[in-house]
Amino acid sequence: MDITELTVHELLEKLEKNEIEIKDITNAYLNNIEKKEKDVESFVTILSEEAKKQAEEIQEKKEKGEINSRFAGIPIGIKDNICTKGIKTTCSSKMLENFISPYDATVVEKLKSENMVNLGKLNMDEFAMGGSTEYSYFKKTKNPWNLNKVPGGSSGGSAAAVAAELVPWALGSDTGGSIRQPSSFCGVVGLKPTYGLVSRYGLVAFASSLDQIGPITKDVRDSALLLNIIAGYDKKDTTSKNMEKIDYEKGLKNDVKGLKIAIPKEFYGDGINREVKEILQKAIEKYKEMGAEVSEVSLDIAKYALATYYIIACAEASSNLGRFDGIRYTYRTKQYSNLKELYKKTRSEGFGKEVKRRIILGTYVLSSGYYDAYYKKAQQVRTLVMNEFNKIFENYDVILTPTSPTVAFDIGSKSNNPMEMYLADICTVSINIAGLPAISIPAGVDKEGMPIGMQIIGNKFEEQKILNTAYAFEQEFKFREKYKPEFKK
Amino acid sequence: MTRDDYEVIIGLEVHSELSTKTKIFCSCPTTFGASPNTQVCPICMAMPGTLPVLNEKVVEYAVKAGLATNCTISKDSKNDRKNYFYPDLPKAYQISQYDKPLCEKGYIEIDTESGKKKIRITRIHIEEDAGKLNHDDFGGGSLVDLNRAGVPLIEIVSEPDLRSSQEVESYLKKLKAILEYIEVSDCKMQEGSFRADVNVSVRKKGDEKLGTRTEMKNMNSFRSITRAIEYEVDRQIELLEEGKEVEQETLRWDDVSGKTFSMRDKEDAQDYRYFPDPDLAAIKLSDEYIENIRKNLPELPESRKQRYLDQYKLSEKDANIITASKYLSDLFENAIKVCNNPKAVSNWIISDISRILNETEMDPIEIPFDAKQLGKLIVLIDKGTISSSIGKKVLEELFEEPRDPEDIIKEKGWIQISDESAIKEIVTKILEANPQSVADYKAGKDKALGFLVGQAMKETKGKANPKMLNEMFLKELNG
Repeated sequence: MDITELTVHELLEKLEKNEIEIKDITNAYLNNIEKKEKDVESFVTILSEEAKKQAEEIQEKKEKGEINSRFAGIPIGIKDNICTKGIKTTCSSKMLENFISPYDATVVEKLKSENMVNLGKLNMDEFAMGGSTEYSYFKKTKNPWNLNKVPGGSSGGSAAAVAAELVPWALGSDTGGSIRQPSSFCGVVGLKPTYGLVSRYGLVAFASSLDQIGPITKDVRDSALLLNIIAGYDKKDTTSKNMEKIDYEKGLKNDVKGLKIAIPKEFYGDGINREVKEILQKAIEKYKEMGAEVSEVSLDIAKYALATYYIIACAEASSNLGRFDGIRYTYRTKQYSNLKELYKKTRSEGFGKEVKRRIILGTYVLSSGYYDAYYKKAQQVRTLVMNEFNKIFENYDVILTPTSPTVAFDIGSKSNNPMEMYLADICTVSINIAGLPAISIPAGVDKEGMPIGMQIIGNKFEEQKILNTAYAFEQEFKFREKYKPEFKK
Repeated sequence: MTRDDYEVIIGLEVHSELSTKTKIFCSCPTTFGASPNTQVCPICMAMPGTLPVLNEKVVEYAVKAGLATNCTISKDSKNDRKNYFYPDLPKAYQISQYDKPLCEKGYIEIDTESGKKKIRITRIHIEEDAGKLNHDDFGGGSLVDLNRAGVPLIEIVSEPDLRSSQEVESYLKKLKAILEYIEVSDCKMQEGSFRADVNVSVRKKGDEKLGTRTEMKNMNSFRSITRAIEYEVDRQIELLEEGKEVEQETLRWDDVSGKTFSMRDKEDAQDYRYFPDPDLAAIKLSDEYIENIRKNLPELPESRKQRYLDQYKLSEKDANIITASKYLSDLFENAIKVCNNPKAVSNWIISDISRILNETEMDPIEIPFDAKQLGKLIVLIDKGTISSSIGKKVLEELFEEPRDPEDIIKEKGWIQISDESAIKEIVTKILEANPQSVADYKAGKDKALGFLVGQAMKETKGKANPKMLNEMFLKELNG
């Protein structure tokens, strides 16, 4: 038995039956990292020694009965924009190359209180801006299914590490698709929770009104488990929702009889790759076979979502990234003769070109004289997008779309064409605009064997519904039994 | 043309630090004067990933200030980001309020030479203070102290209703008094917890169009505000008289040279790119919440003043001086409780205490002794234990090293001589030593009596009961 092939819920079972020991798990993953990380390059920081030591300590404590948390000793990987006390949090940027956070993000505190083991910090597009992880200052992460292809982004390191079995599960963050799109590209399960379900405290802000942390896992049950751990109101994040805790794993059920699924035709149009459409069509048929009621709907407003998204996200980013100014914890330019030059050179040298592009765009749309035409208008469209989604959810339980218009593309093929890169977000951004939850699960592969994901969107705080919809398909389709990443070159 | 041909138009933006225990968006303390960067946390240092949580006390205090200045309280307001780069602003944006301030359309009444005048308040909004830059004595650079970053402020913006530096001073003193009375701010100008930016323009009398205004910053006393306004008004009139134009700009007042200097040039005109802070929910207030604060608002200076006029029969002028400061007013009321002599307490506050405050540039809140000690001092005088001239010395002692006045006079041996035989002894001695004065008095020069009493006081170091002394001299001289 190879431990790293197991899901977390399978590991928990084995631990319970004493078939494996806590430290075996971390060791198995560290071995895998040793073997495969050079090909995948998914980590910014690997915590080999620390993780090994931590796993041994946890095992000892558990044996002595000093801890009894269910997830004690389960390893995890964390996207490098989530703050971890005493460990570098770089956002894959030169700007924060040496930044060590003095505090833990709320989600990291939650992992720690479960005595989980941090295997390391995972690569991403710089400051979570991008869809391929090519905009990392440090390295280009490869797609484990084909090392010449991108893993998607911005949580490309997290998705690739889960797919390559370098971590059993990981945390990502999603502002416009950054969990779901790489999960789709890497054939894993990625969930973006409802805005406000998971605390953002300690997530380095890209676009505050859109960002959410979420799980990237091997299967749907693990997704529910990790969501159980990280979800919940946090008084440090006033945008988090104060509501009763839900046990998403307990609520999992393999039953979609009578489930009303909406198929918005705008998500199946010209811009979507033919093979992606075919796989989605098969999935729809499968749902029908399982007893779901599927109907086509229109979500006309979706065509404005991408423009709206890039205005709002960039506007917020231009302000959020102001603090990286060379004064305190960031990179600082070597030579400067006055304050203005210190700012100019630090930010010119410390940020990559995509980040600068978005800061400039965001600064522009907030400028006096342009605010009404761009930012204000975008906020108005945002309300309309929410309204249209609400209308659909009056009659339907979930919405089913492709996660991405294409499968993973070749490294280097889009990195110099921002417009084409932005279009890769076309299926995912409207969900962030509306603050809804959505999950991406693998629904098949194309003829080259690259995974194709489908996105299941739910109404606000109806994570259980999308998890159940995904779970039913997964149980029927058994993607993980059929397909495996090949690391081909 | 002369200055009298011009009308001066002034509007103020006052920043007042709120005296909440903790900062506006984190739980760091707000105490003034701590060592640099000791009252900071990841939030107010703007560490990546941190989020603000609005301190509800700040909203409460600002609503109090709004109600005390007759404002309409907005039930639906929000926080906005004001974006600009400066090393004392760690997030590179200040969380403030832009188009939906908490309080709007208020006014306060001030006293002017020509009677009462309403000064309209445009708005009051909440925001966070920035940190401070300290010049490094060793390396020659600047060091950032973030203790003040995130200390809550209210900004009180007035309409351009003020017409002279006297009116400005009167407005500021009134505003300061109100904020002190409702206990939302310490208003210590020297510590920077009460600061005013002054917008000044001039126009020829009779003109309807407002002149171009300049904004002055960096005045940290009433005196420097007055000086700055006088200087700026002269400068603007001079420019206009020379046929030149006033440029709209921000000026920094320099107290040493007594001049204003341009802070930034035009090409650097700031665009703050205000937008609603997505990290903070809108501030929604219920009618009950606002009414509850209104009901519990403490007595305001105007009403106290009226009470002093009615109850203690103080003069308008004296009541104004005492109620101008909550601390003085509290001192007044509490000292009366001890000595039951309102007239005496008011006299002490208005003459000697105010004089010492002026001389030492002390704020009333810094008075070291308490009302009980002042009250006791007056009791000692009223009982005849000490003379009022000794009382002045006791007051000085109270400023130096506050303690029980009874202990002071015992310790210093200042108890008044009221023993008839002792007084007689002194009078006899003085009369013997000053035959010329005695002769003068007898020749009808009444002034000589004063000289003799003075000599006797000098002899006894002020301890002799002046009334008894006077009577004894008269008796001896006329008898």
